[in-house]
Amino acid sequence: MKEIIWHGRGGQGAFTAARILGEAYSLSENTFVLAFPSFGPERRGAPIRAFTKLDKKPIGNRSEITKADYNIFLDDTLFSEQAFDELKPDGKIILNTKKKNDDERVITIDGDSIAEKHLGLPITNTILLGALAAVSGYVSLDNIIEAVRQTMPPRLHEKNIAAVRAAYEEAVK
Amino acid sequence: MARQFLSGNEAFAYGVRLARPQVISAYPITPQTIVVEKLSEFVEDGSLKSEFIHVESEHSALSCAMGASSVGARAFTATSSQGLLYMAECLPYAAGGRLPIVMMNANRSTALPWNIYGDQRDSLSQLDSGWIQAYAENAQEALDLALMSFYIAEHKQVSTPFMANLDGFVLTHTYEVVDVPTAEQADEFLPPFETENKMSLTKPKNLGFSAGPDTNTFFKYKEHTGLLNVKKAVTEAESRFESIFGRHYSGLTENYRTDDADYILITLGSISGLVREIVDKLREQGEKAGLLRIRYMRPFPNEEIAKAVKNAKAVGVLEKDISFGNEGTVYTNVNSALQKAGISIPTSDYIGGLGGRNISPGEIENIFEELKQEKSAVKFLGIEVR
Repeated sequence: MKEIIWHGRGGQGAFTAARILGEAYSLSENTFVLAFPSFGPERRGAPIRAFTKLDKKPIGNRSEITKADYNIFLDDTLFSEQAFDELKPDGKIILNTKKKNDDERVITIDGDSIAEKHLGLPITNTILLGALAAVSGYVSLDNIIEAVRQTMPPRLHEKNIAAVRAAYEEAVK
Repeated sequence: MARQFLSGNEAFAYGVRLARPQVISAYPITPQTIVVEKLSEFVEDGSLKSEFIHVESEHSALSCAMGASSVGARAFTATSSQGLLYMAECLPYAAGGRLPIVMMNANRSTALPWNIYGDQRDSLSQLDSGWIQAYAENAQEALDLALMSFYIAEHKQVSTPFMANLDGFVLTHTYEVVDVPTAEQADEFLPPFETENKMSLTKPKNLGFSAGPDTNTFFKYKEHTGLLNVKKAVTEAESRFESIFGRHYSGLTENYRTDDADYILITLGSISGLVREIVDKLREQGEKAGLLRIRYMRPFPNEEIAKAVKNAKAVGVLEKDISFGNEGTVYTNVNSALQKAGISIPTSDYIGGLGGRNISPGEIENIFEELKQEKSAVKFLGIEVR
């Protein structure tokens, strides 16, 4: 099973990213997915987590993920050394930041710049999705784009798809 | 059928839309809200032709559904926790009136302390209200149960209201891949609701009357036999369902690797998926573990449970419930089933998941380990009592 933890702040769309990833994976046959947020009162700006579990067989364990294949941070103010405790042995962190990080387990992307260019807002959920698709290979770029169309309101489609593509190309480098 | 990525609440709402209730009356409460919102959207966009009645409380929601059912309409409502308790006065009313209303309950803890998360104390406190009670494990079963619940409730020999339970958040708010049947398939499965038990100008009847000491027992006995007939109606509904949709369900219980099991854990609802995975893991290690999932708490599957566990060395019950001052209610019911069947093996009760507390894989493995001691006990997961 592939397990992904999403860290964000209320309003940044961490759960939306968890859902779009699940939707994208479910577009292939014989796939099973669970996508859910950390349950609780929701406040704009408060740290939240969301989870996506992907598998080729039914998934029985509905608990929060404690060890992830990818631990994703939409906001680098939420990132700390604790992030490494949430990783499986070969797990990776994808971090939205302008800073450099020398740890080989950390993949950085300047999502804010991509967001500014394509969305005009500092919302990086679909950008980190594009980056995840590129580095993990769990889902194709086409399926992410299709899932964006199925999940988001139509007025957000084109600019988010452009942002996903830009992030995908950036991360493939 | 179309594969869709839906939450448990959404899946149930899709199932209700396929059943085409003529009246929906409901009041929103976390974590049930989305099912009501979704249905109101379906009514708004015209994909469900139904009278959607906004009411001022849960008490009114069920009263309204009873009114609708009394004139022969297919009626649906939904609630959770405090809402169910506020509705409680009306529950035996609907059951005694033999009104086959369907209600979804999002299982949630009850106050105090205030808590919006999932446990099953809300619905289990209402076992004696005369309603059928079923518990779904995942979003697909939730959708399928929504459709089947109307068939079973409206079955001529049943005519009893149906409460379909979904664990709050872990099932209602988790997104999964769900096969959504077509409207044509659903119509083939579920005939329109027809009943003689209704107010009618052409065949006037007296509904909602009193019955004194001399006749009351007869009505209550009929109500009881109506619930006992559910077993037959479930079998009929599930075989009809399988022939149309290709998905199999196993009646009042689901047995998983129980045939040769020494130690069987009995549970209900969404935690069953994790127990099934632990059973597989223990089997790989050579342990004879099994899972018995209770799908229906009313009518209670006495014979099914006795048959499944008769060769086991010990049985555990894992439930998100406590009847204060006694033990978990599921445990009481299971022990009664075993006693009536003359099965004398140790049974233990594990009370977990209260107020939404996570039940971990390690805790379930530990339960199976403790069952090997073959002693009876009542324990709270997460609390060490010295």
